[in-house]
Amino acid sequence: MSYLRIEQLTKEFGSYRAVEGLTLTIEKGEFVSLLGPSGCGKTTTLQMIAGFVEPSAGSVVLGGKDLLAVPPYKRGLGIVFQSYALFPHMTAAENVAFGLEMAGVGRDERRRRAGDMLELVGLSGFADRFPRRMSGGQQQRVALARALVIRPSILLLDEPLSNLDAKLREGMQVELRQIQRQLGTTTVLVTHDQAEAMALSDRIVVMNKGRAEQVGPPEETYERPASAFVSDFLGRTNTLTAQVDGEGTVRLRGVAIPMAKLAPGPVSLSVRPEKVGFTEAGAGFVNAVVTAKVFQGTHWLYQLETPDGAVVVIRQNDGSGGPAEGASVGLRWAVEHCLVEPERRSAP
Amino acid sequence: MSAAVSGDGRSRNWAPYLLSGPALLLFIGVVVAPIAMTALLSFQSWDRVKGIGDVLVLAHWREVLSDGYFAEMFLRTLRLSVIVTVLTAVIGAPEAYILHRMTSRWKGVCLLVILGPLLISVVARTLGWALLFGGANGVVNQALIKLGIISAPLPFMFTETGVAIALAHVLMPFMVLAVSASLQKVDPKIEHAAASLGARPATVVFRIVLPQVMPGLLSGAIIVFALAASSFATPAIIGGRRLKVASTLIYDEFLNSLNWPLGAVIAMILLLALVAIVAGSNRIVERRYAEAFS
Ligand SMILES: Nc1ncnc2c1ncn2[C@@H]1O[C@H](COP(=O)(O)OP(=O)(O)O)[C@@H](O)[C@H]1O
Ligand SMILES: [Mg+2]
Repeated sequence: MSYLRIEQLTKEFGSYRAVEGLTLTIEKGEFVSLLGPSGCGKTTTLQMIAGFVEPSAGSVVLGGKDLLAVPPYKRGLGIVFQSYALFPHMTAAENVAFGLEMAGVGRDERRRRAGDMLELVGLSGFADRFPRRMSGGQQQRVALARALVIRPSILLLDEPLSNLDAKLREGMQVELRQIQRQLGTTTVLVTHDQAEAMALSDRIVVMNKGRAEQVGPPEETYERPASAFVSDFLGRTNTLTAQVDGEGTVRLRGVAIPMAKLAPGPVSLSVRPEKVGFTEAGAGFVNAVVTAKVFQGTHWLYQLETPDGAVVVIRQNDGSGGPAEGASVGLRWAVEHCLVEPERRSAP
Repeated sequence: MSAAVSGDGRSRNWAPYLLSGPALLLFIGVVVAPIAMTALLSFQSWDRVKGIGDVLVLAHWREVLSDGYFAEMFLRTLRLSVIVTVLTAVIGAPEAYILHRMTSRWKGVCLLVILGPLLISVVARTLGWALLFGGANGVVNQALIKLGIISAPLPFMFTETGVAIALAHVLMPFMVLAVSASLQKVDPKIEHAAASLGARPATVVFRIVLPQVMPGLLSGAIIVFALAASSFATPAIIGGRRLKVASTLIYDEFLNSLNWPLGAVIAMILLLALVAIVAGSNRIVERRYAEAFS
């Protein structure tokens, strides 16, 4: 039995469906990310779990108990918002101790536990500071400490790191993951940053237009995306138009690609830049001309022109140099690394 | 403007003075000069027959400061202003919060109701109160007597209670607007955060929202206090000749007794007391909230 079960969760704003039939189970101690572009319904989903948005349909069950019947202040969930939402009239220590006070914890224990938690997030010297006098990163840590100190059954994080600059964000990611492991808190993170989701999560839920497109471990969603949307959202991808002939063979301008038989018709074929290899011209699945070659330290970035459109290839810098600009090459890839989908006529 | 930015410190930049000049002149003309003249007037001699003389005396100040009648009147003015301020805070702040939580359709209607008093002449509105509660003929009093709830009419006209209620009604919009403005700055996510930490709705209001709107509430209180202490029409109509406050007494001294210097003394004391109270409480508010807000 899973710890948190979300079933057919739906939210309509008027006639607009922000979240549509979302089904998801989360195990105790798991770190799950809701990943998707802005406006795809991630925050709405989180707010429904927290109780600040009432679902139009569906159920949320936590540890066998119907969560939707419980008012927000009795759910015992920890929440961290993108805007931190600290209490501006309280010091860092008072902010952290507030949840304990609400739970009826005595003054001395409150002070001790708030102090411990501030120490855990690396802010032991800041107990008496007001939020206004702290940097964004420090406020973020206070918000995290405030949510964690009540030992929430689930920690909900809504884009907690997106207001921080890139360097700080990476540091906080590592720290967040360490703290989460140390406390074993079941965590749901909302983010539009695929790198963040992959770095932190046990499993990723890729969302698109209110629906979950794919649920799986980061590696699986990256390597075996369920759709071109997932493939594109989780990193760069090359999309080529191919045909499936009468015998069900996928053909790229006549060249057969040895993969499972499919229904005849046009298909789109996507393959990631780092999965594409060079061969002699004519020996690959498709011929290409190198139009640009950019050195990026650990790897080379190639831009190539094929009869079916532009292709990007990333090659590890192993010191061998690789093809020069203007060279004609063939492109080849292991067929298990490419995703074939029926062509969508009305591409978004 | 490049000449003004020479920055060697020797040539003064006159632009700010020139630009603020017209406003400054207007301020001196309509605010500073009348006050200075009133201050001067308060020291001029006065005689029932000869009127205002040119000799400067302290007699009027001595009279006002030593006569218990004036002390009682000032105390009444202060008491009324405090009661009105407390009334508007206690009623206006919850009103602003309810307004804040309403959907926008109802918000417009209710805002109109709240701002209504500002749109109606003070005199008409105050006379309305008089019609409702004025003596045995007041509509409300008659109704209550007929219903058998009270046996004698509720005293309203010429009472402090009446003046306080009518003034609170008149000045309520200032409190509601001041609190509304600071409610707008409260991030609704902060309330959500508090709820997620186990705070019940009432706890959220008193422990999380109220402290954040306290600066707005206090500045609203300062405005209401100042307006209540210097209000004229409402205490004049409801308080009548029996219940004098500073402003109605000044009016009487100037236009009935024609003792202008005495009226000037009362006006100066009212002004100085108001400036002291408003400036003092403003400083306390600023110091109290400098750390967390601003
Ligand atoms: N209270 C609301 N009323 C109407 N539409 C809303 C409301 N909240 C969110 N939406 C809409 O629902 C969609 C999903 O919003 P949200 O969950 O905030 O997206 P995300 O967090 O993934 O960026 C958006 O198109 C947004 O405009
Ligand atoms: Mg969002």
